Amino acid sequence: MSETPHIDIDYVANLARIELTDEEKAKLGSQLDDILGYFDKLNAVDVSGVEPMAHAHAVTNVWREGDQPGPVFDPEVLMQMAPESRENQVVVPKVVE
Amino acid sequence: MDYEATIGLEIHVQIKTRTKMFTAAPYEYGAAPNTLTDAVVLGLPGTLPVLNHAAIEKCAQLGLMLGCEIAEVCKWDRKNYFYPDSPKNYQLTQNDQPLCLGGEVEIELADPARNAAGEHRWVKLNRIHLEEDPGKLTHEAFDTLIDFNRAGVPLAEIVTEPDMSSSAEAVAFLNALRNLIIYAGISDCDMEKGQLRCDANVSLKPVGSTELGTRTEMKNLNSISNVKAAIEYEIERQRDVLESGNLVVQETRRWDVDQGISFSLRSKEEAHDYRYFPDPDLMPVEFDRNRVEALRAELPERPFDKQRRFEQEYGLPYTVTTVLCPNRELSEFFEAALETHHSPKLIANYVANDLLRELAAGSEHGAQNLKVSACQLTPAHIGTLAKLIDEGVISKQIAKEVFTEMFATGELPDAIVEKKGLKQSNDTGEIEALCREAIAGNEKAVNQYKDGNEKAINALKGPVMKATKGKANPAMLDELLKKLIDEG
Repeated sequence: MSETPHIDIDYVANLARIELTDEEKAKLGSQLDDILGYFDKLNAVDVSGVEPMAHAHAVTNVWREGDQPGPVFDPEVLMQMAPESRENQVVVPKVVE
Repeated sequence: MDYEATIGLEIHVQIKTRTKMFTAAPYEYGAAPNTLTDAVVLGLPGTLPVLNHAAIEKCAQLGLMLGCEIAEVCKWDRKNYFYPDSPKNYQLTQNDQPLCLGGEVEIELADPARNAAGEHRWVKLNRIHLEEDPGKLTHEAFDTLIDFNRAGVPLAEIVTEPDMSSSAEAVAFLNALRNLIIYAGISDCDMEKGQLRCDANVSLKPVGSTELGTRTEMKNLNSISNVKAAIEYEIERQRDVLESGNLVVQETRRWDVDQGISFSLRSKEEAHDYRYFPDPDLMPVEFDRNRVEALRAELPERPFDKQRRFEQEYGLPYTVTTVLCPNRELSEFFEAALETHHSPKLIANYVANDLLRELAAGSEHGAQNLKVSACQLTPAHIGTLAKLIDEGVISKQIAKEVFTEMFATGELPDAIVEKKGLKQSNDTGEIEALCREAIAGNEKAVNQYKDGNEKAINALKGPVMKATKGKANPAMLDELLKKLIDEG
């Protein structure tokens, strides 16, 4: 068996934009480590000769033809979902890239 | 040490479909904010994306136009990042299996002489993938506004190899690419409307070195002149960094149009951890090989191929072909006019000069976006006009008047000539009488001519032309006046 996998909980929390207490970090960190450990089990299976796939079903070319416009939301519907809005646009804290 | 630049470009092109990439919500530029959304665009829980077949076909056409191979199988992935322009918190894009592979674009470097053909070369492409545009952010003083109209618009990202070495090459590439895309009807490439956007990757290395230097990525280049200025700025900035003994930092920079300088945006590694994985909601696409060949057969002739053909087949000069050929509509208009009357040089001049001038006079958008289809002239108008000149029915002088008239009214030139009585007069009797009058009325000019001043004869031509309303055949008139003076 390979080395016990370890996840950098601070890095992952930052990517997910969530703040964690030290307690939560310890708890979630070990849970995520367990999940990675499970992938180690999967990795151990011999898959030589099996074609790689991106989906469980071998279905391709599922698409919409005709390029015909469908219904749209009334902007008011959208604004009702937004915590804050102005001039039919969603307002968020200023983001500077 | 002397350095040389290596430049690669990433070009985003909005594909001209009526509906979005993964849903039937329509898109058009300039609609009121947030009027073109639906549940899929907004990434609401429980919604599923469905591929837009028209967008896939158009992207494949684009790939074929640019010499790419169309992948046997391609798929879509989630690119995860948090930014308010992306309502799903991921962008649907193609990571490791894009639709179009490789490719190359022929470019022409502007010749310093301007009126002669410049050097041609091919710029290699890496790939084209098909993704979705994010929404549009407007940064205000204290907050940011989001309009999701643009979110989900089919977007082709064309990635070049690091295969250019100067801002001039990058500009030549963008011009050539733009012409090809418009030719193929994939997009109108209006950069002001965000239909074509460009990021530039620039690095410097010692001259002759095979190893590439550290690169920076410049974003927010929304005009060809910005691309040029930003690349030139970045080459100089990196040269300063290297010459002062420092290292170039790999980072994304934003070009500030107003100040003409760029700023570092983010250099944190984590910002680039997009954690791509295959989108479980979308099935891969297997592009039918027969369909690839059918699309290839429908491709229009490429602009530079057409330019070479026009020069060989019609004997047109570079100065004319370089106006006609980058514009598909204009070049097709020219060839259609030849069907009325085969006089390539004359017709090419009318199309490239007179027609374009009249179109430009009536356009607010500059010469690049002129639409021949928006005016009343048909190829038959120009063809007939050339025929009337070649057959000696009207002079080139009169043709100018006819052109202005037919552009304004849409009437055919032979009808205008008939209606206004503009036929060139070859009636020597009438003209001879007028010439004798002119000679009698201007002794001074006659004497000057006799003293060897050939140009003095023009003073005699004026009254005759006036009397005939310009219908006298100028060559005949010239001959007749000289003959009468010599005799007299």
